[in-house]
Amino acid sequence: MDFNDTTEEAKFRAEARAFLEANLTPKSSDKERLQRKLTPAEYLKAAKAYQAKKAENGFAGITWAKEQGGRGLPPIYSVIFNQEEAKFDAPSAPFSIGLGMCVPTVIAFADEATKDRYVAKALRGDEIWCQLFSEPGAGSDVAASKTKAVRDGDDWVINGQKVWTTGAQFSDFGIVLVRTNPDVEKHKGLTMFIVDMKQAGVDVRPIHQASGGRDFNEVYFTDVRVPDKNRLGDPGQGWGVALVTLMNERLAVGGSYGPDYKEIFEFAKGINAPSGDGPLIQDEAFRQKLADWIVRAEGYKLAKFRTMTALSKGQTPGPESSIGKVINANQMMDIGNTAIEALDHYGIINDGDLAPLEGAFHQSYMFAPGLRIAGGTDEILKNIIAERVLGLPQDVRVDKGVAFKDLPSGR
Amino acid sequence: MNFDFSDDQKSLKDEARRFLADKAGAKVTRRVLDDAAVSYDDGLWRAVAEMGWLGAAIPEEHGGLGLGRLELCVLAEELGRAVAPIPFSSTVYFFAEALMLAGSDAQKAAVLPKVAAGEVIGCFALSEGPGAPSASSIQAKFDGATLNGVKIPVTDGDCASHAVVVAKEGAGISLVLVDLNQAGVTRTTLKTLDPTRGHAKLEFKNAKAERIGAAGQGWDLAEAVLDRAAVLLAFEQVGGSQACLEMATAYAKERYAFSRQIGSFQAIKHKLADMYVSIEVARSNAYYGAWALSTEAAEMPFAAAASRVAASDAYYLCAKENIQTHGGMGFTWDVDCHLFFRRAKLLAVQAGAPAVWKEKLVKRLEQRNAA
Repeated sequence: MDFNDTTEEAKFRAEARAFLEANLTPKSSDKERLQRKLTPAEYLKAAKAYQAKKAENGFAGITWAKEQGGRGLPPIYSVIFNQEEAKFDAPSAPFSIGLGMCVPTVIAFADEATKDRYVAKALRGDEIWCQLFSEPGAGSDVAASKTKAVRDGDDWVINGQKVWTTGAQFSDFGIVLVRTNPDVEKHKGLTMFIVDMKQAGVDVRPIHQASGGRDFNEVYFTDVRVPDKNRLGDPGQGWGVALVTLMNERLAVGGSYGPDYKEIFEFAKGINAPSGDGPLIQDEAFRQKLADWIVRAEGYKLAKFRTMTALSKGQTPGPESSIGKVINANQMMDIGNTAIEALDHYGIINDGDLAPLEGAFHQSYMFAPGLRIAGGTDEILKNIIAERVLGLPQDVRVDKGVAFKDLPSGR
Repeated sequence: MNFDFSDDQKSLKDEARRFLADKAGAKVTRRVLDDAAVSYDDGLWRAVAEMGWLGAAIPEEHGGLGLGRLELCVLAEELGRAVAPIPFSSTVYFFAEALMLAGSDAQKAAVLPKVAAGEVIGCFALSEGPGAPSASSIQAKFDGATLNGVKIPVTDGDCASHAVVVAKEGAGISLVLVDLNQAGVTRTTLKTLDPTRGHAKLEFKNAKAERIGAAGQGWDLAEAVLDRAAVLLAFEQVGGSQACLEMATAYAKERYAFSRQIGSFQAIKHKLADMYVSIEVARSNAYYGAWALSTEAAEMPFAAAASRVAASDAYYLCAKENIQTHGGMGFTWDVDCHLFFRRAKLLAVQAGAPAVWKEKLVKRLEQRNAA
């Protein structure tokens, strides 16, 4: 047992570190504040420039095959780069879904001409991609998608609505899961397409979140024409294509967000305990909770080291990585909530100039409910652990053997 | 990054599992459970000694196999899974570790070969009554040659031949080694929540004893012994938790209610998924503890506390939800769920209860940050 890189890994890490130092500034709260002051357009420009530099220097598509412009390295190298990149203020967010989920799906299912058209530009950051799966009536049950595509000559015509689409407002292309045959079973009538997000009939509207921000969108499709050559997989095979995309999602959404035990530990030194007798950090009830947070945060971090070890040995991690988001989202909620309550009446103030950590605990409190839902709800992730890791049977299915158009769908 | 056990260590684990499937398991544990006169299974104890496990981490010069602590962690997980009714943890994680940590060359040479051979059963006597002990609460007294006082409870104190005792010496605390088979020692067997392991009250009246380590260093040494034991116990706890999860999962697949497997209900799935998550958290922390133990890292006190907190919580959750998944059958004497439920509580409170270790963990975070 050791925590050291292999010689090759250490060499790569040093190379990554040198690249990042030459192109980015290390993380600090001041810098982060500046980052937030960039306009969305400025941020996007910086992100595209950074992505182009990554591509030039061989840090884009680290695990992708060389013929796709990648570096053909095992997944461990991608993890190493991400670890190093996380120490910097890297404007990489606009590309995470496209390069993490959408374009790998394109590579897996598209013909050579289509790949030639899209892959390199995506890798260089010239074009940004989004993923259009969820619908108002198809969240956890995403295979219940109703947005439909009807064949018309060499084209398909799409009508319907997608929701919770990250980055749709600045995306050039998306992969969209649509119903092409309502007369067969739910999972058998879906097809996946590449869609041009800038064309007429695609209407992107930001969602005003409960947390106040606007990080996601609704996307309406009205008579949007897609050429048949943009189809990924055969008609009716869309669910299998979607599973390939979703396999990557749980890995993508597993990171930790917001203040964790180290931050609330520092915070507790300067707050009065409920007893009024000394600081909160001396309060026994608080210390017991803090210990629980430590073991969960450390456990999650160390579980990732075990995953890295498996990757380093060339093994593929399975659905067990689903545990990360279940742990993190709930811990984020709990820590935000505890910090706010510890502030007593003052805890209601979330003005960044007045609240501790510029309001980060309040942000956790308001964003954690969304994180418990995004990218697979706690409940769906637990189903995945139960069914795919522990091998428990599927729930009784009322949609087996019934045409999609005949399924009850509520309102 | 190589945060995993080696192939050799994994082979040892497989071998241990096969061996214990044959020689241990619920049937053997129940022999001790159902016979109040028996405090451990002698057959299993001898078999384990023959395998060399008692001396796994004892150097070859002292009659051991000279393997590392990582090998011991692997064995601990399997013994925990089997709910083995033998004084292994008392002898190996506490008694032998205390001697290896602080014993003189003469003490090590005299005692460790007998531990490795299975001729000495050791125990660790710290608690003296209700509530967590502290350096200022210890009443047992060592005067340089003899020991007086009472220790209650002492896990495996009814079958042990030797004890390491935490006692006052002058103004400080010392660790002392006592041969329990002497006139000055009275043992009273105790009735406990986990009858598959022996427990006793030990009374010392002018019992002959010798110090281990320096006078007045006993509390720090005891903490160091507890840290080592915490990591090894964590592996037993992870093994027990994993056994509970597997038992509950198997039952959820075979038990039908409302004309379907109960494992198809989300209420059961989510329960089992929660158990799985708790084990992953515990296992990951325990691996870190194993690394710290085997490399004598500066992180050891923090890692040991985190290992113990995560493992105690996981075993409690897994043991109680294993009963719940089994329904009424799980509450019967004949179904094995309660063996784990009982052992989970013994492992959680011996060597310090979860709340004590949570406090230690936070204190150690403070110390680490101050350093």
